[in-house]
Amino acid sequence: MQLKNIHKRFGQVHANNNISVTFHPGRVIGILGENGAGKSTLMKIIAGYQPADSGEIWLDGRPVNYHDPRDAISHGIGMLQQDPLDIGAFSVLENFVYGQSGGILLNRKTSRQQLIALCQQFNFELDPDTPVSQLSIAQRQQLEIIRLLGLGVKVLILDEPTTGISAAQKEQLFNTLKRLAKEQNMTILLVSHKLEDVLALCDEVIVLRAGQLVGDMQMPTTKAALVELMFGAQIQPVKRESRLQPNTPIVLDMQQVHLHDGRLDIPQINFSLRAGEVIGLAGLDGSGQALFMRACAGLIKPHAGRVFVKGQDLTGQSYHQFNRSGVIFAASGRLEEGLIADMTLTEHIALMYEQNTWINWRRAHQFTQRQIERFNVRGKPDDPIQALSGGNQQRVLMGLLPENATALILEQPTRGLDVDSARWIWDQLLTKNSAIIYSSADLDEIMTYSDRIIVFYAGRMKVIDDPHQVTVSDLGHYIGGDFS
Amino acid sequence: MSDALVNSLNSIVAATTPLVIASIGETITERAGVINLSLNGSILLAAMAGFAAAQTSNSVIIGIGVAAMIGAAVALIIAFAAIELRRDQVAIGFVLTILTADLATFLGKPYVNIPGPRIPNMPIPLLSDIPVVGRIFFDHDLMVYFSFALVLMSWYWMFHTRYGLALRAVGENPQAAFARGTKVNYQRYIYTIIGGALVGVAGAAYSLSVKAGWFANAPMDGDGWIALAIVIFGGWHPFRVILGAYLFAALRRIVADLQSTVDFPLVLLNTLPWILMILTLMMVSSGTLERLTRLLPARLQRQFRNVLRSDPPAAIGTRFDKN
Ligand SMILES: Nc1ncnc2c1ncn2[C@@H]1O[C@H](COP(=O)(O)OP(=O)(O)OP(=O)(O)O)[C@@H](O)[C@H]1O
Ligand SMILES: [Mg+2]
Repeated sequence: MQLKNIHKRFGQVHANNNISVTFHPGRVIGILGENGAGKSTLMKIIAGYQPADSGEIWLDGRPVNYHDPRDAISHGIGMLQQDPLDIGAFSVLENFVYGQSGGILLNRKTSRQQLIALCQQFNFELDPDTPVSQLSIAQRQQLEIIRLLGLGVKVLILDEPTTGISAAQKEQLFNTLKRLAKEQNMTILLVSHKLEDVLALCDEVIVLRAGQLVGDMQMPTTKAALVELMFGAQIQPVKRESRLQPNTPIVLDMQQVHLHDGRLDIPQINFSLRAGEVIGLAGLDGSGQALFMRACAGLIKPHAGRVFVKGQDLTGQSYHQFNRSGVIFAASGRLEEGLIADMTLTEHIALMYEQNTWINWRRAHQFTQRQIERFNVRGKPDDPIQALSGGNQQRVLMGLLPENATALILEQPTRGLDVDSARWIWDQLLTKNSAIIYSSADLDEIMTYSDRIIVFYAGRMKVIDDPHQVTVSDLGHYIGGDFS
Repeated sequence: MSDALVNSLNSIVAATTPLVIASIGETITERAGVINLSLNGSILLAAMAGFAAAQTSNSVIIGIGVAAMIGAAVALIIAFAAIELRRDQVAIGFVLTILTADLATFLGKPYVNIPGPRIPNMPIPLLSDIPVVGRIFFDHDLMVYFSFALVLMSWYWMFHTRYGLALRAVGENPQAAFARGTKVNYQRYIYTIIGGALVGVAGAAYSLSVKAGWFANAPMDGDGWIALAIVIFGGWHPFRVILGAYLFAALRRIVADLQSTVDFPLVLLNTLPWILMILTLMMVSSGTLERLTRLLPARLQRQFRNVLRSDPPAAIGTRFDKN
């Protein structure tokens, strides 16, 4: 596959500027670049989701012309979106079938066999009859991959596939991708911010900066070289001293709390969070972190036990009450739980900060402008939120957090951020002096920023009081359920 | 079962047929993500025009055809305004429901209280001989049988065909539907028009089947709103919709009978069917049923969830633009 002089503009933004590149089959190619560099835009053009303003795409030595994703798939190009594009109300099987060609009637039996066979080939555990809305992000990705393979794609594009999934799930995904490239001679394009992932998986890397192709590198190479290519400079990780004094007050206290949700059960939580303390939660997707965090924020009522915020018994109270006591929650599902599609940045700010009945739009607008500058968001106050790149949406979400919260409960706060932005967000978070409970799939992040670590495995919790006593590989073992 | 009861059930099935047809039509439209709020007016206008056409041409077929076209035309206006002109579907539907109702009153004046043709009764041989059930369900005119067939066909179409997948996807997640190669707005046009045509047929069912003729105080006025409520009650599933329609009609009949026997304020009695509907809805949408569903064998769970769902199609009333 060859791209020739691809251009794409959104108003003032030149999202893709004269991009020409060749991708060879049988290889995994990493697409790197900072937030808003134009990676997703380029991938969407290749996969037919949006047209380029100008430029050509060549396949097997011939220029091709397609207008929608379906066309692209018939040319053998399929894309796994940053947030999987599936239909929540459908069952796994229906999602798999929908989009395949065939007669009017559905042949559930044949399709079911095809689905099961593909699942077995890649060791995916997907039950054909489960509604997609009940799957984890990792499972939804697996379903999309299998679906695209079922349609016979030869070029598979993945846009930040590892942001919502655990280390083990990631390993499985990467093995799959390697097999697809080597055994089936497919071209895999992988957009990612995690340089370790790129180093581990890719045969080749291209780098975008501000819409332009600025570099092309063959593996093997080093992380430092990649960072330099991406940002033009070296980036120092922040060093963090524990700010915790022995007798800082307890801000959030759980006593004998019992949480339960569906199949997951966390029987006995005794846990206290001190002012200013930063606690990292590690574990596979769905091991209990989400449940725990929502219980901390009052979004889930415990089955038994008591929850205190700053000494006040808030057991069973609403999130609103927790909020008033200074406990703030930000969910990982950006557009599902945290942000409101179709509303502009200013409207988001107004919703959050304007307390009066009549909104002072001028003040909100100015404040939005300030937050945009502070959080370095690529966007304007009047942009609807979905016009921002994924990473920029995340920055907005972080920009919405109030200054003087007692405790911030953050689900994957740096999901989808490039190395530089992630570090920047942490700088901002830590200067707020709030206590923080956060989850992350990135163990380096967990090790770097946490005063304490809690590892979750199937509803069991292991508290690590001093992160300096453990290594990343220890954490990896705990996450796998090996608690000894 | 006593003859009186069987006869009463028979007449409930006959009288509810238009409601069933209109609700299924609206279900189809809403499944595609469009909301046609003009039902009440559309039904009135289609009933009037259908009767007028049948009366003039002396053919019920022509009457039904004209009614269907009226319903489809109103639906087309909504689809066009929503998709092409990017107007709000609810607002347009609301304006149209008032407009069409007034139009029906105005244009219908010459046809008030005059005799006209009626769809003939046609018991189905053999089936109508089955004791009790035969009399209740198979001793009617073709319109009633059409409503049965419609429920079955729409269900089969939605859940067992490739087109049905596209129909539901368009109403759930148009972006994803687009990615799978479905022409979202085209689908919305088609299903809005089909749904609207069915609403028109429902109008004809009132004026050519249930109570032939056109009247100054149209007895079906208000049923359009009820149909909209039944779609919600029916969880956008044809089986539950028809069940909801019958249930509602039965409750309404019971209330009407009670009125003559007990001394109770009429207004309060009339709210009874609605209260019962709300209670049933609350039961369906509580978590208990989901927990019960999980106990079923895996393959049955899907069917069960489809029937029990209480969420509207996720993208209902929204616009779809490619980018
Ligand atoms: N639909 C759109 N309308 C307007 N601007 C857009 C749209 N899509 C993308 N942009 C802009 O184009 C630029 C590139 O966005 P893109 O999503 O390609 O970035 P990205 O490299 O994927 O970033 P990230 O790593 O944060 O996901 C951004 O400045 C973004 O705001
Ligand atoms: Mg992106």
